[in-house]
Amino acid sequence: MTIRYTEDHEWISVDGDVATVGITTFAQGQLGDVVFVEVPEAGRALAKGKDAAVVESVKAASEVFAPVDGTVVEGNQAVVEDPSLVNSDPQGAGWFFKMTLANPAQLDGLMDQAAYDAFVEGQH
Amino acid sequence: MRYLPLTEADRQDMLAAIGAPSVDALFGDVPGAATLSQPIAGLAPHQGELQVERALSRLAARNVPAGSCPSFLGAGAYRHHVPAAVDQLLTRGEFLTSYTPYQPEVTQGTLQYLFEFQTQVALITGMDVANASMYDGATACAEAVLMANRVTRRNRAVLSGGLHPHYREVTATTTGVLGVDLVTLPADPKGVEDLVAAIDDKTSCVVVQNPTLFGHVADLTPLAEACHAKGALLIVAVTEVVSLGLMPSPGSMGADIVVAEGQSIGNGLNFGGPYLGLFATRDKFVRQMPGRLCGETVDADGKRGFVLTLSTREQHIRREKATSNICTNSGLCALAFTMHLSLLGEVGFTGLARLNHAKAVQLADKLAAGGVTVLNDGFFNEFTIQVKGDAAALVDTLAAEPLLAGVPVSRLYPGQAELAGLLLVAVTETTTEDDMDALVQALGGQQ
Amino acid sequence: MNTQGRKTTPDVESAAATEAGTYTGNRALVHEEPLIFELDNPGVSGVDLEAAPAVASRLGGLKARAGIGLPGLSEPTVVRHYTRLSQKNLGIDSTMYPLGSCTMKHNPRLNEKLARLPGFSDIHPLQPQSTVQGALELIDQLAHWLKTLTGMPAVAMSPAAGAHGELCGLMAIRAALQARGETSRTRVLVPESAHGTNPATAAFCGFTVDAIPAEANGRVSVEAVKAKLGPDVACIMLTNPNTCGLFEPQVKEIADAVHAAGGYFYCDGANYNAIVGRVRPADLGVDAMHINLHKTFSTPHGGGGPGSGPVVLSDALAPYAPLPYVVHGADGFRLVEHAGEVEGDAKPFGRMKAFHGQMGMFVRALAYIMSHGADGLRQASSDAVLNANYLKARLQDLMSVPFDGYCMHEALFDDRFLKDTGVTTLDFAKAMIDEGFHPMTMYFPLVVHGAFLIEPTETESKATLDQFVGAMRHLAGKAKAGDAAHFLAAPRYTPRRRLDETAAARKPVLRWTPPAA
Repeated sequence: MTIRYTEDHEWISVDGDVATVGITTFAQGQLGDVVFVEVPEAGRALAKGKDAAVVESVKAASEVFAPVDGTVVEGNQAVVEDPSLVNSDPQGAGWFFKMTLANPAQLDGLMDQAAYDAFVEGQH
Repeated sequence: MRYLPLTEADRQDMLAAIGAPSVDALFGDVPGAATLSQPIAGLAPHQGELQVERALSRLAARNVPAGSCPSFLGAGAYRHHVPAAVDQLLTRGEFLTSYTPYQPEVTQGTLQYLFEFQTQVALITGMDVANASMYDGATACAEAVLMANRVTRRNRAVLSGGLHPHYREVTATTTGVLGVDLVTLPADPKGVEDLVAAIDDKTSCVVVQNPTLFGHVADLTPLAEACHAKGALLIVAVTEVVSLGLMPSPGSMGADIVVAEGQSIGNGLNFGGPYLGLFATRDKFVRQMPGRLCGETVDADGKRGFVLTLSTREQHIRREKATSNICTNSGLCALAFTMHLSLLGEVGFTGLARLNHAKAVQLADKLAAGGVTVLNDGFFNEFTIQVKGDAAALVDTLAAEPLLAGVPVSRLYPGQAELAGLLLVAVTETTTEDDMDALVQALGGQQ
Repeated sequence: MNTQGRKTTPDVESAAATEAGTYTGNRALVHEEPLIFELDNPGVSGVDLEAAPAVASRLGGLKARAGIGLPGLSEPTVVRHYTRLSQKNLGIDSTMYPLGSCTMKHNPRLNEKLARLPGFSDIHPLQPQSTVQGALELIDQLAHWLKTLTGMPAVAMSPAAGAHGELCGLMAIRAALQARGETSRTRVLVPESAHGTNPATAAFCGFTVDAIPAEANGRVSVEAVKAKLGPDVACIMLTNPNTCGLFEPQVKEIADAVHAAGGYFYCDGANYNAIVGRVRPADLGVDAMHINLHKTFSTPHGGGGPGSGPVVLSDALAPYAPLPYVVHGADGFRLVEHAGEVEGDAKPFGRMKAFHGQMGMFVRALAYIMSHGADGLRQASSDAVLNANYLKARLQDLMSVPFDGYCMHEALFDDRFLKDTGVTTLDFAKAMIDEGFHPMTMYFPLVVHGAFLIEPTETESKATLDQFVGAMRHLAGKAKAGDAAHFLAAPRYTPRRRLDETAAARKPVLRWTPPAA
């Protein structure tokens, strides 16, 4: 299983043909208490870097971008029902959607754990 | 300069604390060429209360208050009796001079009345949820069309020929810059248009006014069903909100968004503003709503309190992705509305509506008996009559008496010969039988 | 030392204990007030109506509705209810209210009295114009003074608020570009420090927004603007004085550069109160600017409106001003309400709202302008700037200042002085509430971290400013001394303590519903 990160603080975890996408622990900390999540419906085509989902705290609203091209397999209804999962378990139960990869080579352009950690450190 | 507390000695002390040689020095970033060294020319120096009151009272005296003579003016603004308590409470400084409730601990008063207001608006419109108000009914109407486009992801709106022309024009101006396809039906003085035929698969919404500009009332249920069958929303505009005390609510007839002018409750005529836009919709559309929303929560001690909520829809957070650029609501007008409606209550609000309707029926009967043609079969408190000749000229003549006979349709639809003889006549609880007889006599002399 | 005296400074725990101690939950002058729906006494009404004439209903076959669900309340119940609600609010009448960018100045009561004269408050917008000549003259007079004060040739009076005025200005710009055949100009330049309404308005008007980065000195530089200019730029939206409380020293050069590139200069006039009577926007190259009558000309904020936002326009934009507008002819004043009645080169872009504008606000603003006069308006802006600089001077050694130099009408601080104290700008604001002040604007502008934007206005006395300075210094000292607990528990003395905004947004409850039976 491979985990990669974007500069917009999404993570993507690839397992076989399907990848799971969410926002990082750092991102949820910046947002504060998440109060609303909108996830894409299955079948929707996603383009790398374009809007895929929405996450809102009381004082901030943000788009979640697709880390790579692909098609939505499933949106996580659990975070729609209980947005606090994004705060309590951002890289686990707080995932946003699962997608297929149209071009797996796009993963190579994303950061690995070490690179992302350094990137976050540079944000302070 | 009674509004300025600083003395010259204060100013000198403060400049010393700042370390600035003069007040002019504080304006040092202003380009020299744009700096005025003298007070603005032409404007008189400061004046006392007495002098200002005298000057403005002279201007006020050159107007004929609608309450000073028989008046039948309506067409989107109505003269109702506002209980004395409303204005007395409205001028309490804690309401009058407070800001938008961004600090909820010191604005629970504002927040609680907004919560009560939202509930009252939801109840009278028969909808799930209402916002904390918009500028006026016309701007609320334009915002409703944009919201319907967001909800349906479509771009074609159909406007009824019974919709107030100002509402239509504001909607056209506001949506035109965004490339919305507006289908506007011609003026419909007889209440016979076929809106269902105008709905297609690309239609985002139909906007219909009830009662219409011309006073016609309709059961909107079939129209709502036709909209929903095509995936479109039904937007119902109400310009006389007192009608909701007697007529079936738009929500009960299937409306998806209700916009209304709330001026009739709690607010005076004020020559057209400030007024109060009401905006209500279904729960499922709440995140697409424009404007402020107040919600219930608890405080640190677990006690019930209120806050502005769902703010991520708004401009101060979403910036260019906001649902609207609106920043204010009509706070004080909403307070007047909610206080008046609280005084009325269920018994008073429904009673007021029945009284308005009954008086309108009384006048329609008197006019008909006097040989005047009333175009309406059904109406609430306003209807359209046909006069001989030009209605605007007649109204101008009668204004000299003074008698304010109504709004000539040509004031809103100029240059259409077939409408020139039509006069909109409104009746409220303030209309006396003597007023009615004066109108009947004035028009009777014309027949 | 008296070791047996009672504790005179309550803490949270004892306050909570006292609350539980009263039967009613009230705390003397502070009452627990239910919602009107919970005060319902079915059948009661606070209004007596005459009996309706006995006639048959003519509702076109519609059935009269029943069971709306409104509560029944008598007049005394209603009066007491809203009086109690008012007591849970702070207004300028109650205390200093230094909300930066909002201009909470004194609201003269003469203005309220005059706006209620029946000759203004009881006239219908569609009365024959012969019966409202005084009202039309008042609009014309106010328009004249707004033009004179700003040096601009035209003004659109109908916009209902500042943001509505922005929309009006951008629509005029759009119409002018269309008339020039330059519809490809779709980009609007907006500094990062701008009010949220600026980008929202541009988008609402169909433009795309391009942000101009802020300079390290809090200003917008002409170079940064030039770098963004191009044949697709419609206009720049620039707030001046800007949201950091600074006058833009290069404003004229920016205007010239934008004009040279074929664009227009929209000035956000939210801070016009700092310069009225001292600077005419026309001399800065402005093409359009809204004036918030509730800021510069003291009409009441009313808990969030109604506002009024007339827009002054340059010669280039004047022809596109929206309907309606007042003209002065041989037989008096007249409203031009329809495209067909337009004369000369006017090409109105449309209509902003029903009827003619916020008449009630016009009366108040004119009364204010006449009361102050030319000398008073100039003194008012001078005192507003003096008061802000005084606060800045008295606080800058203890709080942190992001930008050096004199400010205009508001003083901006950031939260560096709170570093490692465990106290945030929000916590600090809540502690100011306990000191009896309304907090400043916080976390705006966005270009400064943890912003404190403090606008005292000209109507605060030196004595009040000194007390405010004392309170701020006291709190800053307390924070630096490590007493974070004092801030985290604030406010303590308000009718409600900190509200749970997360819960409100997660499960929105936007109306009262009857309790389940």
